[in-house]
Amino acid sequence: MSQTVKPRKVKSVSYAKWGYIFLIPFFLTFTIFTLVPLGRTFYESLFEHYWAQGGLIETGPNYIGLQNFVTIFAKENLGKYFMNTMIMWVMGFIPQIIVSLALAVWFTDRNMRIRFQPFFKTVIYMPNLIMASAFAMLFFVLFSDGGPINGALQSLGLEPVEWTRNMWGNRILVAMMNFMMWFGNTTIVLMAAVMGIDASLFEAADIDGANGWQSFTRVTMPLIRPVLSYTLITSLIGGLQMYDVPQVLTNGGNVANRSCMTIIMLLNNYIGKSKNYGYGGALSVLLFIVTAVLGLFVYWSLNTNEREAKKLAKQQKRKLAQMQQGGAKA
Amino acid sequence: MKKLVALVLVVLMALSTFAMAEAPAEEGKVLNIYCWNDEFKTRFEAFYTVPEGVTVNWIIVPSEGNAYQNALDAALLAQETAAADDKVDLFLVEADYAVKYCGSDYTLDVINEVGLTEADVADMYQYTKDVMTANGVLKGVSWQACPAGFIYRRSFATEVLGTDDPAAVQEFVGTWEKFDETAALMKDYGYFMLSGFDDAYRIFSDNMTAPWVVDGKINRDPAIEQWITMTKLYTENGWNNKANLWSAESGAGAGPEGKVFGYFGPAWFIDFSLAGWTLADASAPAEVGNGTWGDWGFCEGPQGFSWGGTWICAAAGTDNLALVKDIMYTMTVDKNVAVAIVEKYGDFTNNVPAMTEMAAGSYQNPFLAGQNHLALLLNNAQAINRASSTPYDQTCSEKIQSAMADYFNGIVDLETAWANFFKAVEEVHPELTH
Repeated sequence: MSQTVKPRKVKSVSYAKWGYIFLIPFFLTFTIFTLVPLGRTFYESLFEHYWAQGGLIETGPNYIGLQNFVTIFAKENLGKYFMNTMIMWVMGFIPQIIVSLALAVWFTDRNMRIRFQPFFKTVIYMPNLIMASAFAMLFFVLFSDGGPINGALQSLGLEPVEWTRNMWGNRILVAMMNFMMWFGNTTIVLMAAVMGIDASLFEAADIDGANGWQSFTRVTMPLIRPVLSYTLITSLIGGLQMYDVPQVLTNGGNVANRSCMTIIMLLNNYIGKSKNYGYGGALSVLLFIVTAVLGLFVYWSLNTNEREAKKLAKQQKRKLAQMQQGGAKA
Repeated sequence: MKKLVALVLVVLMALSTFAMAEAPAEEGKVLNIYCWNDEFKTRFEAFYTVPEGVTVNWIIVPSEGNAYQNALDAALLAQETAAADDKVDLFLVEADYAVKYCGSDYTLDVINEVGLTEADVADMYQYTKDVMTANGVLKGVSWQACPAGFIYRRSFATEVLGTDDPAAVQEFVGTWEKFDETAALMKDYGYFMLSGFDDAYRIFSDNMTAPWVVDGKINRDPAIEQWITMTKLYTENGWNNKANLWSAESGAGAGPEGKVFGYFGPAWFIDFSLAGWTLADASAPAEVGNGTWGDWGFCEGPQGFSWGGTWICAAAGTDNLALVKDIMYTMTVDKNVAVAIVEKYGDFTNNVPAMTEMAAGSYQNPFLAGQNHLALLLNNAQAINRASSTPYDQTCSEKIQSAMADYFNGIVDLETAWANFFKAVEEVHPELTH
């Protein structure tokens, strides 16, 4: 008894190592192409640094602290460009999410059995494959004063519309293009989410006598909420960075009292010709903060229910445990 | 031993200085030319024979969105470290931003560094030299001069004014008052006097009283105000077709279905832009009967002006200096080439004696129904004054046109349009205020 056999320690085989190794390429490219430029942006925002006379005479870099930010808040009407961006994003996103949800539900509905699904899926995804600038050029020609759309309107006996001259005409076109380019993508993401729902839940709902709308609102919607919030956040971030479509359609945004100029288009004005890295950097930092805050806000607000449910589950567990303990005592 | 080392060093040093003295005589085998369209390329290929063994490398970047200047600036900033065959040797600049490069160290002195003589450039129009002269040093030369006038549809003139003779039509458009009266008359017949908002812009911007920017402040010039007032009036009265410059509508106004009476422009505008718009069938030969080709006439219009122009600059650090000099000589000094360019492309070339002779001679432009338009441009060319050029002209022209379009369209009031203009220019050029 005096001699106890010590069990030999077997080092557990760590597969995690391979995980880290495979992650290296991502983190390397992320660091080089995202993290370093991001840090550089913060750094540049503290300097006065641009090329005068349109790009040949370097001015600075002179350290000026937070002066760029002070100038932005004093002189720049950032709210206007932020609203331009958000309005055009919302105008495109609302129809996009409605249509995508409807299509995702219909395509996955066992009772409907829509035929030629691969064909439709390909077609709705198509617009996303076209280069945004080419798409915008196309719309510019289609909706120009003497373009085919106005021709069609006139042949129907309607008044032609000066789409590309006024604010709402341009905004509608931008929203329409963003909608067309992205609803196919969203549909496919949402379809994946709906298909991930356990089919027995729909059956149970059917047996309980739920109609289509009820099973959509009570079963589908709550269960795809995480994917919905993902879609909303990615679309919001994409929306805040809206650039190519309005830039090409409105030729740099200097139309209709700059009402279609997005924040990134404003940024482009600064860094385009004179490479105003200091001021542009400060603007980018602000945009980064706004995007982060908005993203977090959406994430939290959409996941409130989930957190409450988790809390509830924890409480119930505790109660159950207490009851069991109590039962054991008794 | 020490002596031997010293001797070797001395010999080496002597050899290296010898090599350095030899180096410039050795020309590079690749000639890099930066430009934004093929206007110069076609003329170059038609009239210049490249010496054997030299490859000409065309780097053509479109002007849109400042892409050309961005590419050129990047190349010039890297000029010192670039390999000999990658260095910019020759590049073109346009009137709107010529000053930017002219005042920089990236261009060579045409006389003292490139090697053209004062006598070589003596026959060029003075303004083409003024534009490219900074601190008394000539930095670039051009093969063209850009006096401009009013190009009108002959058939509309006959129908409305009763004549299509340039001298007679000039009577109807010789002053701004008469121009307005004719515009009203054109409207009665269902025609537009001008194509759009920006068509008359260059007349006023070329006659500005002060430069666009004075001491870092953007100038609100009376001539520009005059353009705004006129264009607003024309838009409200329906005297123009509301087209933006270079838009499809603007081009269509000159086509077979077009209702535009006239366009303002220099000789290059006729050949490079207008002639193409007039064709009914772009793939068929350009001749009378194809669209409105040949149905055009030329007169001086209400006010003399010039528009555009392209200059050839030698890049500092080029390894093909002798070749660059030869190209400059052939394309801009050689009188025979100057005459040949006119005959082939209808350009107004930068050679005073050649133009004077051709204006008096038998030259006929078929697009203008056989008219010799050089004669009408002659006085105008001598009168051009570009003393008020700034590096900001291109931005200002671009932004004033887009900002004022809102005012002409009735979307904003005049002061808002001006505010938008100042904002747009100051965004692009942080060193400016108003």
